[in-house]
Amino acid sequence: MTTRSRIPFYVAVLLLIGAGIALAIWRHVELGIPWLTGEQRPVWMVEARVDFEGTEEPVLASLNIPEQPPGFSIISEQAASPGYGFSIVENSGGRRAEWSKRDVSGPQTLYFKAQFIPTDDSRPRRLAREPQPREMFWEEPQATAVREVLTQARERSSTPESMTRELIRLMQPDTRTQNTTLLVAEENYLQLVVDMLNHAGIPARTADGLRLEDARRRQQLMPFLQIYNGEDWLTFDPQTAEQGVPENLLLWRQGSESLLDVVGGDNSEVSFSMLRQTVPALQLATMQAESNGLGFLSFYELPIEEQSMFRMLLLLPLGALIVAFMRMVIGIRTSGTFMPVLIAVAFVQTTLLPGLIAFLSVVAIGLLMRGYLSSLNLLLVSRISALIILVIFITAGLSIIGYQMGFNTGMTVTFFPMVIIAWTIERMSILWEEEGVREVMIQGSGSLFVAICAYLVMSAPLAGHLTFNFPELHLVILGFILLMGQYTGYKLSELRRFSPMKVYD
Amino acid sequence: MEWISPRRLKRLGMLNMNRRNVDYIARYNERSSYPLVDNKLKTKLVVAEYGVKTPRLLQIVREQHEISHFREMAEDLKGFAIKPAKGSGGKGITVITGRDGDEYIKASGARVDAPYLERHLTNILAGLYSLAGTPDVAIVENLVQSDPDLARYSHQGVPDIRIVVFQGYPVMAMLRLATTASDGKANLHQGAVGVGLDIGTGRSLNAVQFNRPITLHPDTGLALENIEIAAWDEMLEMASRCYEATGLGYMGVDLVVDANEGPLLLELNARPGLAIQMANGCGLLPRLRAIENLKRPHFSPGERAQFAMETFASR
Repeated sequence: MTTRSRIPFYVAVLLLIGAGIALAIWRHVELGIPWLTGEQRPVWMVEARVDFEGTEEPVLASLNIPEQPPGFSIISEQAASPGYGFSIVENSGGRRAEWSKRDVSGPQTLYFKAQFIPTDDSRPRRLAREPQPREMFWEEPQATAVREVLTQARERSSTPESMTRELIRLMQPDTRTQNTTLLVAEENYLQLVVDMLNHAGIPARTADGLRLEDARRRQQLMPFLQIYNGEDWLTFDPQTAEQGVPENLLLWRQGSESLLDVVGGDNSEVSFSMLRQTVPALQLATMQAESNGLGFLSFYELPIEEQSMFRMLLLLPLGALIVAFMRMVIGIRTSGTFMPVLIAVAFVQTTLLPGLIAFLSVVAIGLLMRGYLSSLNLLLVSRISALIILVIFITAGLSIIGYQMGFNTGMTVTFFPMVIIAWTIERMSILWEEEGVREVMIQGSGSLFVAICAYLVMSAPLAGHLTFNFPELHLVILGFILLMGQYTGYKLSELRRFSPMKVYD
Repeated sequence: MEWISPRRLKRLGMLNMNRRNVDYIARYNERSSYPLVDNKLKTKLVVAEYGVKTPRLLQIVREQHEISHFREMAEDLKGFAIKPAKGSGGKGITVITGRDGDEYIKASGARVDAPYLERHLTNILAGLYSLAGTPDVAIVENLVQSDPDLARYSHQGVPDIRIVVFQGYPVMAMLRLATTASDGKANLHQGAVGVGLDIGTGRSLNAVQFNRPITLHPDTGLALENIEIAAWDEMLEMASRCYEATGLGYMGVDLVVDANEGPLLLELNARPGLAIQMANGCGLLPRLRAIENLKRPHFSPGERAQFAMETFASR
């Protein structure tokens, strides 16, 4: 008799387990689904408020909105502006929120809300096309002054970055020379630096940043300088020449020329308020799943009703694993192979103690009634059918009595699967007649013990979280169950059963 | 609470439940052969072709209307047994040991009348005793007259001999004696006494009840150490023959010794229990492995029984 090689089997099981774990890790990394329940992530809720005066003309208000701001990612956007048509328009200059309305008069307020989460993603983004420095023309005497300042800065620098730093330093009030004083007026300082850098052959532009502080209102954007060093846009503080985006600075506008354009309105202005929120990491992941290609691998897209059903169903494999372990490795005898799992599922809904009381009373009353049925000498099918009806009567009775006595827990008895209980009673009763009370007690308490173990595992919040959010982990459970099917070692109970063999050793 | 370490069990070669199911029953027993052993009538018919004797079949009751023939058939019988073909664990077996006028005397001494037995037959046909309640067939067999040498050890009931046959080789045997605790049944887990038998000689080795070693029968008080089974080699060969008849590689063969007809096959079991190891005080695994490692298996039941007697004799 040849025995098939076990190696392909073990390889397959290992692949199964490996695939389950790898998928879970991948989804954790890509979708950010947390391993633990209750993990919180900070989220910045930023609200831009646009105010303007309507002039009884059709209005088109267009606000620049962030697109891939460094250090943040956008998780939601929405606009609140009654009576306005709203859309988000993407063009080469960036993304813009556009409101439109036919007849507008009087003060108007538009809101745009977005949620941002801090990310540590700092990869340089591919630019569609290489930015070029703008051609600048200067009139005398500015032309000479610009030339001289740039020569001065160029002499002390080697790269576009150091050139920028030097230029900013030269333009500061305390180091100003005649040349710079001629050029700088308070209101044109930043634009001047940008123009000069472009003149020097370095692509430069302005950007607007928002300093994120919890619960601030009526904030204004702060101007920043950006230059292109041949690889990526770099951000500089135009006053201190400090390079890089400070922490908690959200670059609201990059690349596009204007922040807010209002056609058909006067006195337009934009201000920002912000709030730091904490959101469960799981909620974030589900929000992102919709936009992420990996979303289809999860249950988040299903209707809520189906989701909650799957929540329950996905716990069953855990129960099956426990039963397999208890029976094959520990050696606990239960009445009916998977009856304990179904009882455990009912316990999950009733909670343990009320469930236990309800279950025991239904089975006990059922056993008494079954005693009468057996004296009627009925055939099996009609006996079970009669028992099912009796079980329904018993549960109805318990519910009503419990309710009248003020115990709402009596109602939970309806969560128990009636047919399963009827079969349990039938089996117990036959066991009682054939093997005696002792065996009934052994198997009954064994079943309850396994059911309680399964309940404890299935009702753990972590178990529900992992099975529902990482359904691929069931491949791991499947692998374990398959492996257990190969377990040919001694059960724990056999170590006791065979203990009299000691004398022969 | 007493425990034994897995290492010691392994050293003793104890076969356990998981290994029995995976490595022996699942591997050596064809599913399609199960009906042969789960149905006593089929077992009877198939082993007869291989020269294995069973208690003489008196009547088969397949349909309700055939019950009316039962009374005329039973008219001049002294003793008989009514069995459900698909019963398990001795359920639904009624043994009649004698007559008193119109009444029948059961093994327990109770008197019953013919309508009682007819009702019993109806119940059997309806499937009251069969697995999952499927409709069944009742068989009426000649009463086994237990060999008095053995019968005195048993409290009520007929002592039977369980032989585990692996690939046609008898590997381990025990004598099962009913007790009051087991209610006249020969099931070990119900409290019957198991007496390990030396495969080489048919002599008793150890005895256990409820998995605990004993030396005296709890009811009859007889010493259990010097029992010897007559015609031992014949019984082993009979058990061995059942392998050809059913094709089951791993099974339990239950035999009884009839005072007039010699050894008879009672029933076969495709999932024999593990308690036989406790009765013998040694594990099955070394013997099973020895058979598995045989380079040239023997082809005739006689040779296999001979081989087993030489190889597995206790010394």
